[in-house]
Amino acid sequence: MTANDAAPLLAVDDLSVRFVGREATVHAVNGVDLTVQAGEVLCILGESGCGKSVTLRAMLRLLPRRAAITGRIHVAGRDVLAMSPRELRDLRGGLVSMVFQEPMTALDPVYTVGRQIAETVCRHTGCNRAAARRRALELLELVRVPSAGRRLDAYPHELSGGLRQRAMIAMALSCNPRLLLADEPTTALDATVQVQILILLRRLQRELGMGMIFVTHDLGVAAEIADRVAVMYAGRIVESGPAAEVLGGPAHPYTAGLLASTIHDQADNRDIEVISGSPPDLRRLPQGCSFAPRCSRRRAECRDATPTPRFSSPDRMAACFAIADG
Amino acid sequence: MDYRSSDGSTIDRHDQYDHGGPAPLLVARNLRKHFPVKGARGKAVRAVDGVSFTVAKGETLGIVGESGCGKSTLARLLLHLLVPDAGELIFGGEAVGAAGGIAVKTLRRQAQMVFQDSAASLNPRLPVRDSVAFGPFVQGSTKDEARAIARDILSRVGLDPDMFGPRYPHELSGGQKQRVNIARALAVKPRLLILDEPVSALDKSVEAQVLNLLRVLKRQLGLTLVFISHDLNVVRYVSRRVAVMYLGRIVEFGPVKAIFERPQHPYTQALLASRPSMDPARRIEMPPITGDPPNPIDPPAGCRFHPRCPFVEAICETADPALRVVEDGKSHFAACHLRDRVLGRGRLADA
Repeated sequence: MTANDAAPLLAVDDLSVRFVGREATVHAVNGVDLTVQAGEVLCILGESGCGKSVTLRAMLRLLPRRAAITGRIHVAGRDVLAMSPRELRDLRGGLVSMVFQEPMTALDPVYTVGRQIAETVCRHTGCNRAAARRRALELLELVRVPSAGRRLDAYPHELSGGLRQRAMIAMALSCNPRLLLADEPTTALDATVQVQILILLRRLQRELGMGMIFVTHDLGVAAEIADRVAVMYAGRIVESGPAAEVLGGPAHPYTAGLLASTIHDQADNRDIEVISGSPPDLRRLPQGCSFAPRCSRRRAECRDATPTPRFSSPDRMAACFAIADG
Repeated sequence: MDYRSSDGSTIDRHDQYDHGGPAPLLVARNLRKHFPVKGARGKAVRAVDGVSFTVAKGETLGIVGESGCGKSTLARLLLHLLVPDAGELIFGGEAVGAAGGIAVKTLRRQAQMVFQDSAASLNPRLPVRDSVAFGPFVQGSTKDEARAIARDILSRVGLDPDMFGPRYPHELSGGQKQRVNIARALAVKPRLLILDEPVSALDKSVEAQVLNLLRVLKRQLGLTLVFISHDLNVVRYVSRRVAVMYLGRIVEFGPVKAIFERPQHPYTQALLASRPSMDPARRIEMPPITGDPPNPIDPPAGCRFHPRCPFVEAICETADPALRVVEDGKSHFAACHLRDRVLGRGRLADA
């Protein structure tokens, strides 16, 4: 997003994803620009159906065949959209890996976690089973699984939710990825476990110097982990910038509304401020700014044209007509 | 004591119910529900294991806890959707399902429930106005009366009956479906509404809309609410009193202000300290407690929290602590042997 980024780890340019169906076309992602530097955590923040998970999956091309992806995605200088299936297999779990929301469905229930981690290691490094198993043990210890040696031979159903997610993270880290994609990895976890996983991810990301994209709907979680935040609405990034600035002084009316409607120590005798209405149907996006129908600062021009990104500083963007230029 | 000033006129009147004054609306006494585990003789999931509390007329009681703590089972016990193995339920001063008490059917006319999954709890083959009208019709209204009630209640929950009434559930958004569920629960004019994670599946902006709606309805209709959630911030916002559950037990119980500002049980303190700060400059650096909540099939002996408790001592491993009144008020209870020592050692939740 900024001009002085020489070679970002990840550069996404004008990314659009459409799902073409017989009756309608779903415009899931509509022109997203993103960059992630090595060692940086970017949080994509948004409500359900805003396109945040689709954006994330597009980076590894983990989308069904009927998804039409346009734009440019470069990881460490390599063009992801031009990759052959073979190159993609090397990319996934190698240079870039992913942690999913639901570890129970992301892990294979009929293999032990040790075997699943070892399989990834074998696939990418070509080492033998014994060496892969040693690496798996090392990884479980890295993610602080207690009595890791015993847990190596456990099946996913024998582990608690928190341990399963740790095993998932161990698998994702098995080949020293430079970019870790995390899709709501703590949403399915209990509060006391969520904070443990967040602290773990933050520590690993720092120690291993990875870039990370963390997708969440939870502003509090974003505040715990993000260096930068990108807020998505109806397939577009409406605001981005350093986490403290965006969460501390939101510029876009949607971000401001999201913050105001998040329950956090409000007086209990007053109504919570809300954003009226609900997000638009991605099959029939409104003309102009997608947020305009719900926006309290709507103007005439909002209905006619899509607001272009405005930068108040090189690193701080908001796409809204109601924000004064400069 | 002005933490619910909009309902302020009722506060003092309700507080006397807590100490054996005029009958509370709902009394649960030693409720227990164990689910036998198939293939393992004698083993059972001890979902709710001796839970007692009262709900005063007009108050909102929040029940908070992590997955597997038994809060949803408890909600179902309160409506006899599950029959308790032991314990007693008293509604409006009369025992439920016992000789000389009220029938379960009568209870369900006066107490209704809203479930978490707004889609699964509506009949996909009925227009929502028929779903809402079904309750009053079954309870004896004529079809026309039931339809009129449905129209009235749909507009009360913010859905235009002409526009939304004829729609089917799949034509509504998650928030609209949850409004329909609230409408359906209210259609039989209950006195008590039990809400089991009613906003957990909703987006934040929609969650706020539904919580505001519940506030308005509670005031307009004079409802009593039992609000179950895993989200401490939501529970704090809606509740007057809060029960914290852990592995089938209530570990702390008291006025919302006391629970959030002076938590006494180490588990409550850890729960509160696990909340994200919303401020990148004040991140949580150390996990307040480690590990996951244990399996309710074999709850730990002694205090059920002792394997995760940062203050554990010998007595915790053997003796099961009872809920006892804590120093700072007659209405604040905690079940912890080391309560006093915890207080002396600095509270985790101060951050």
